[in-house]
Amino acid sequence: MASNTPTLLVEDLKTYFYTKAGVAKAVDGVSFSVAKGEVLGLVGESGSGKTVTGFSIIGLVDPPGKVAGGRILFNGEDITGASEERMRRLRGSRIAMIFQDPMMTLNPVLRIDTQMIEAVQAHDKVDRKTAFERSRDALGQVGIPSPEERLKAYPHQFSGGMRQRVAIAIALLHKPDLIIADEPTTALDVTIQGQILYEVQKLCRERGMSLIWITHDLAVVAGLADAICVMYAGRIVETGAIAQVIDQPLHPYTHGLIGSVPSHNRRGQPLAQIPGMAPSLLNMPQGCAFHPRCPRADAKCLEIPGVTTPRQPDHRVRCFHPHAGAAA
Amino acid sequence: MSVYIIRRLLQAVLVVAAMSVLVFAGVFMIGDPADILISDDADQAERQRLIESLGLDLPVHMQYLRFLAKALQGDLGTSFVFNEPALLLILDRMPATLELAFSALLLAVVFGIPLGMWAGLKPDSLASKSIMAGSILGFSLPTFWVGIMIIMIFAVMLGWLPSGGRGTTRELFGIDVSFLTVDGLLHLVLPAVNLALLKISLAVRLTRAGTREVIHQDYVKFARAKGLHPRRIVLVHVLKNILIPVITVLGLEFGSLIAFSVVTETVFAWPGMGKLIIDSINQLDRPVVVAYLMITVCMFIVINLIVDLLYSLLDPRVRLQDVKG
Amino acid sequence: MTATADVKELKGVAAEAPLAVKDQTPFRRFLSDFAESKVAVAGFFGFLIIVLIAILAPWISPTNPYDLATVDILDSRLPPGESMMTGTVAWLGTDGLGRDMVSAMFYGLRISLGVGAASGLVALCIGVCVGLASAYFGGRVDTVIMRIVDLQLSFPAILIALVLLATLGKGVDKIIIALIVVQWAYYARTVRGSALVERSKEYVEAAMCLGLSHNRVVFRHLLPNVMPPLIVVGTVQVAHAIALEATLSFLGIGLPVTEPSLGLLISNGFEYMMSGKYWISIFPGVALLVTIVSINLVGDRLRDVLNPRLAR
Repeated sequence: MASNTPTLLVEDLKTYFYTKAGVAKAVDGVSFSVAKGEVLGLVGESGSGKTVTGFSIIGLVDPPGKVAGGRILFNGEDITGASEERMRRLRGSRIAMIFQDPMMTLNPVLRIDTQMIEAVQAHDKVDRKTAFERSRDALGQVGIPSPEERLKAYPHQFSGGMRQRVAIAIALLHKPDLIIADEPTTALDVTIQGQILYEVQKLCRERGMSLIWITHDLAVVAGLADAICVMYAGRIVETGAIAQVIDQPLHPYTHGLIGSVPSHNRRGQPLAQIPGMAPSLLNMPQGCAFHPRCPRADAKCLEIPGVTTPRQPDHRVRCFHPHAGAAA
Repeated sequence: MSVYIIRRLLQAVLVVAAMSVLVFAGVFMIGDPADILISDDADQAERQRLIESLGLDLPVHMQYLRFLAKALQGDLGTSFVFNEPALLLILDRMPATLELAFSALLLAVVFGIPLGMWAGLKPDSLASKSIMAGSILGFSLPTFWVGIMIIMIFAVMLGWLPSGGRGTTRELFGIDVSFLTVDGLLHLVLPAVNLALLKISLAVRLTRAGTREVIHQDYVKFARAKGLHPRRIVLVHVLKNILIPVITVLGLEFGSLIAFSVVTETVFAWPGMGKLIIDSINQLDRPVVVAYLMITVCMFIVINLIVDLLYSLLDPRVRLQDVKG
Repeated sequence: MTATADVKELKGVAAEAPLAVKDQTPFRRFLSDFAESKVAVAGFFGFLIIVLIAILAPWISPTNPYDLATVDILDSRLPPGESMMTGTVAWLGTDGLGRDMVSAMFYGLRISLGVGAASGLVALCIGVCVGLASAYFGGRVDTVIMRIVDLQLSFPAILIALVLLATLGKGVDKIIIALIVVQWAYYARTVRGSALVERSKEYVEAAMCLGLSHNRVVFRHLLPNVMPPLIVVGTVQVAHAIALEATLSFLGIGLPVTEPSLGLLISNGFEYMMSGKYWISIFPGVALLVTIVSINLVGDRLRDVLNPRLAR
């Protein structure tokens, strides 16, 4: 699958929020890439900067937030300083996003057909009829029964799962190169979660689309992604192929995350948990942001650790004391 | 839905009945009505005859029932000053007031909503800050004071527009209106602006607050993520969401426009019901006062009812709940 | 107990927040929050000056505008800056009866503010009692009271005042009554709203379980907690009351000519305005405007500072 230019290349991205109480470094030097057709899992607790990373890519960081540094290359094009009009043309057509809460993503006072047709016509000069047909087909593809009728309905006449399907259908309308899915299943029932997960995965594979799946749930990513980035307090602390990271986590934080997922292998043992709370972005600990909660921390951790590859070249970690050979 | 309408109608009838008691008690029970209703130069015999014919010798509750029965027949008494039925007198002046109030409402919608959206979309720009400062002033300034200032600037100093009266009117469906003639329109501008100012400020505030709330909603961000043109996002996604509540509130304010036209009509010598009521209060023409109050209260209740019903028709969410419930 | 815990928690938050200034009493913090808006501070001092003028009017006025011995009809409608027969300079001109405008305005402010404050205070007391009773007793009492409040608030203030004045007639006492009737419902609704929120909290239940008397629970526990919204509504209402009184007096159905408030002064000058004698109407108008705007500026700022939802 790998081609020379990745679909997305993020280099040293910094997105800061300039609030009255100080500068919140929501994303502070994040780098990763997504190859064509690749599924990347972006994992972290709430407040770790994963959602802001997603919005930074699509250019929708709301004030007082601002991309303060770094580069975002989309299909080789630097879109960091792109004009608003250029970004608008990319959004929805080349880069699509699916939001967390399907109850909130559809406009309550507009019918579904209005919201889908406008999405078609925003990028393609087609008449209403064609746009309507494309919307209907897209709804059919995401498994909504009798799409023609459902198009005439208002969002509140849909269940949460159905709404998320509509949102996915809208994201798929223009067959984008990259989809950013921001915890799209978190707000849904477990059974619906599975279906949506399966369908998104299937649709992406069929069309060779790249996917960034943002989640706090390691288990979801494990079954879905090719590669994974673990974020903590605005930085990527560990990244690598899914098998590497899940089976042999290097960073104590990743280690803790995996330990806190229920598993068959450790039945009967109490679930491990990471002590303490994620730090406030306005009041970051000195050095490695994780050290106050880290079992392996020492005086060295008061400095910011660099990126190292202690085991395999594409399995990177930001830690002075990685679990070198300890795991597995 | 129909249960809801019936309940609202019953409520309305109850309020009208309560108001009629209040107005009756207020106007007819305080002081000796005979002194007010009968002219001073009537002799004792004639006085007695009038008291009997007006039913003033009857017990209080009978008097009230008499008043009510007459009111239901459309007889709200006869003006002392004009010697005409009070109801007719008021209905005669009503079109002028309604024209003024509608014009003001129109101005509030046409100016208030766009200005409010601007202020909500670009809260930090100089223009928005000026708009908000203006709306605070619009809220603070008493209507009569603004009216005087408008007259001084546009009529006295600049001499651009007339300061009072309705100007030339033309008949439309049997009613005289000002807005069909140039002269009438010129006469309408200042009073309508004066009356509208408070409501423009209100519309600006409501729209701004609504816009600020809506633009931070996920569905607006999602609309942006779809790559929609900013103009479409503002004019369709944002506007449609704030329009329903703003229009509802402005509709409810129509009654208050009629009440406030009392002030504007007095300042601009606009020959409507408002000016009539002030003149009548000052001339102790109580039948006209009673008639005005009863009519205004009824208008209020009808307006509130209509707006409530319209609201439930406009909002798809409310509509659906009613169907389900 | 809960209250102390809350305070501790608040202190903890303040200590953690990086930019929060430590060791401040709540009142000092309120002051510094308030002073952040220069406009509001200006409004506050403007209001202070106006209140001082109103209180001191008899001592600082150049002339006594109601002393018939010194008022001379020959002085009538003098433009600003001219000297009157007594030799006093009428800096803002004289009115149709030959009264010095500065003095007339000082006295007018006294009446306007007095009527506004008196009606506001009484309405506040009534509204607080009714609102607290409504929230505390709940049930049928609450339903009946709130029905009345809602009904009254569905009519504009000016219409209610019109009804009352049409039946009561003119007079200082009558306009104060009218303004009280107009205002009490706003206070009642505000107090009930916040008292209901407070009432559902555990410390009130605890106080009730301890068998404290109604009065003690209501006035020692509920009342202090409904103060912030009450202060905001009170400020705004006083401004409203002053504006409404001026409007009614301007319409000629408010105060009698013997008690000329600002509204009446403006009304008196209105007839001379067409002939270019602007000062008789305009200067009292400016005084009224400054009064109302400065109160509103303070009120707006108080709303921002005292609103817990907006607290940073």
